[in-house]
Amino acid sequence: MDLVKYAPVGQYLPRNSPLHRLDPRTKILATMALAVVLFLLRAMAGLGLFAVASLALLVLGQIPLGYALRGLRPVIFLLLLTVVLNAFFGSGGSEARTLFVLGPLVATEEGLRTGLFVGARLLLLVTITSLLTFTTSSVELADGLEWLLRPLRRVGLPGHEIAMMMTIALRFIPTLLEETERIMKAQTARGAEFGQGNIVRRAQALVPVLVPLLLSAIRRSEELALAMEARCYSSSAPRTRMKELRWGLGDAVAGVLVVAASALLVSVR
Amino acid sequence: MPDPLIACEQVHYTYLRGTPMAAVALRGVSLEVQPGELLALIGPTGSGKSTLIQLCAGLLRPTAGVVRVLGQDLWGPRADRRRARRQVGLAFQFAEYQLFEETVRRDVAYGPKNLGCSEEEIAQRVDEALRQVGLDPAGFGDRSPFSLSGGEMRRVALAGVLAMRPGVLVLDEPTAGLDPRGREELLARIQALHRQGQTIVLVTHGMEEVARLARRVIVLHEGRIVLEGSPGEVFAHEEDLHRIGLGLPEAARLVRLLQCRGLRVADALTVEDARAAIVAALRGQDRGPR
Repeated sequence: MDLVKYAPVGQYLPRNSPLHRLDPRTKILATMALAVVLFLLRAMAGLGLFAVASLALLVLGQIPLGYALRGLRPVIFLLLLTVVLNAFFGSGGSEARTLFVLGPLVATEEGLRTGLFVGARLLLLVTITSLLTFTTSSVELADGLEWLLRPLRRVGLPGHEIAMMMTIALRFIPTLLEETERIMKAQTARGAEFGQGNIVRRAQALVPVLVPLLLSAIRRSEELALAMEARCYSSSAPRTRMKELRWGLGDAVAGVLVVAASALLVSVR
Repeated sequence: MPDPLIACEQVHYTYLRGTPMAAVALRGVSLEVQPGELLALIGPTGSGKSTLIQLCAGLLRPTAGVVRVLGQDLWGPRADRRRARRQVGLAFQFAEYQLFEETVRRDVAYGPKNLGCSEEEIAQRVDEALRQVGLDPAGFGDRSPFSLSGGEMRRVALAGVLAMRPGVLVLDEPTAGLDPRGREELLARIQALHRQGQTIVLVTHGMEEVARLARRVIVLHEGRIVLEGSPGEVFAHEEDLHRIGLGLPEAARLVRLLQCRGLRVADALTVEDARAAIVAALRGQDRGPR
């Protein structure tokens, strides 16, 4: 029972790589740009180039390949589903070549090709977004997001509040996971069994975990609110920062590289 | 010597093994828990105490090494971990956070119910467990556990473990965060349980508790056993204990200080012993040559 090992897709990995040192705003914008590029690509060749670039970025960010692959585990099912569904139902037109027939279902070569393409695109999307979270701590991420949401304040979007909520939520994911693990262990020590029997029994078995977990989450949030108030936190007051966001030379280089790479990729399609 | 209830042989454990966050918690720990003993496990934060007791309870699988409960290898090919877990009743730190039922009685009944006991047996076990922790079943049984004081909640949680009737009761810092009275009551209950023959493993930061309750002490540091013996033997290594961030019980420190000042007082670990030793020393001085 090592729950902490499982859940977080793209959990932050503290390193001192060039990617880690970039301004979070640069990384968020670059990720957004690359995601758009990914959806503009039409050919496998383009995806191949993109994959090579992603691998290079993983190396640059000092992210072990095994660690990155582990993060992909939760989306494997979705990936397989995409490939299979496309193979059977993907648009192949009337002249689609038949690969094989499975009862009423017909798998076409074109469908399979589309499936693989869409699957690869999904894989790359998860890879580059996890690259962002591998190399950016949740606090940096929230700071960057807050800055990027600033223009939307005019239309009444509370950027700071959103960023603060995100920070807190991200901050407490590992904590709550640990707590869940602890409570599950405690109840296991009292003879509980999880993941056995039918769905109803499984759900019932979780009650002794969920009730204490909910209580503890409420207690924690009360304590946090109190601690924040004790330090005179107010979302509307102007705040200063210990770590001001500052664009650097690296950010300029990264920006130019991303724009150049995007242009190249889009031209290749 | 009778067979040990729990036996760990060269047990290693690494958290998040195979990831960049891997952390080694235990590096080759061997220990045995004998029937009827009260063993104290002490060590600074992060020394591996909690990991060790979770391994003993079959909640974690050792990275290397063997954990036996009643002679059976917990992770062997034909291991019955459910049966083994019943033998090791583990009460986590802040055990009151595991309470979830609407009434005290039902919460304590959770364990025996999981064991498949009959209704009568459950009722009997619940009453007995509540009495063992000093709560009157008639007065407390139908109250909500969340309406109780912190010390009472802790004792209800403890009753929940006792109702399993484990061969070994493992307590992870049972008195942490309790007020002095809650602490005293709980310690008295632990002592009473031990006198009735209950085997107990006590994880604690309280050196006074160790001096008062334990017959045998194991000191963990950075995942290894560094000292082992009776409280007297372990606390004789004052320097070593200080180096790893532990200390002596207050009473023992007082006696040491008096010895340094030239009073010829015998070593003592508990307040009662220290008092007796100091009185004896002072009387001896009176009778001595003027």
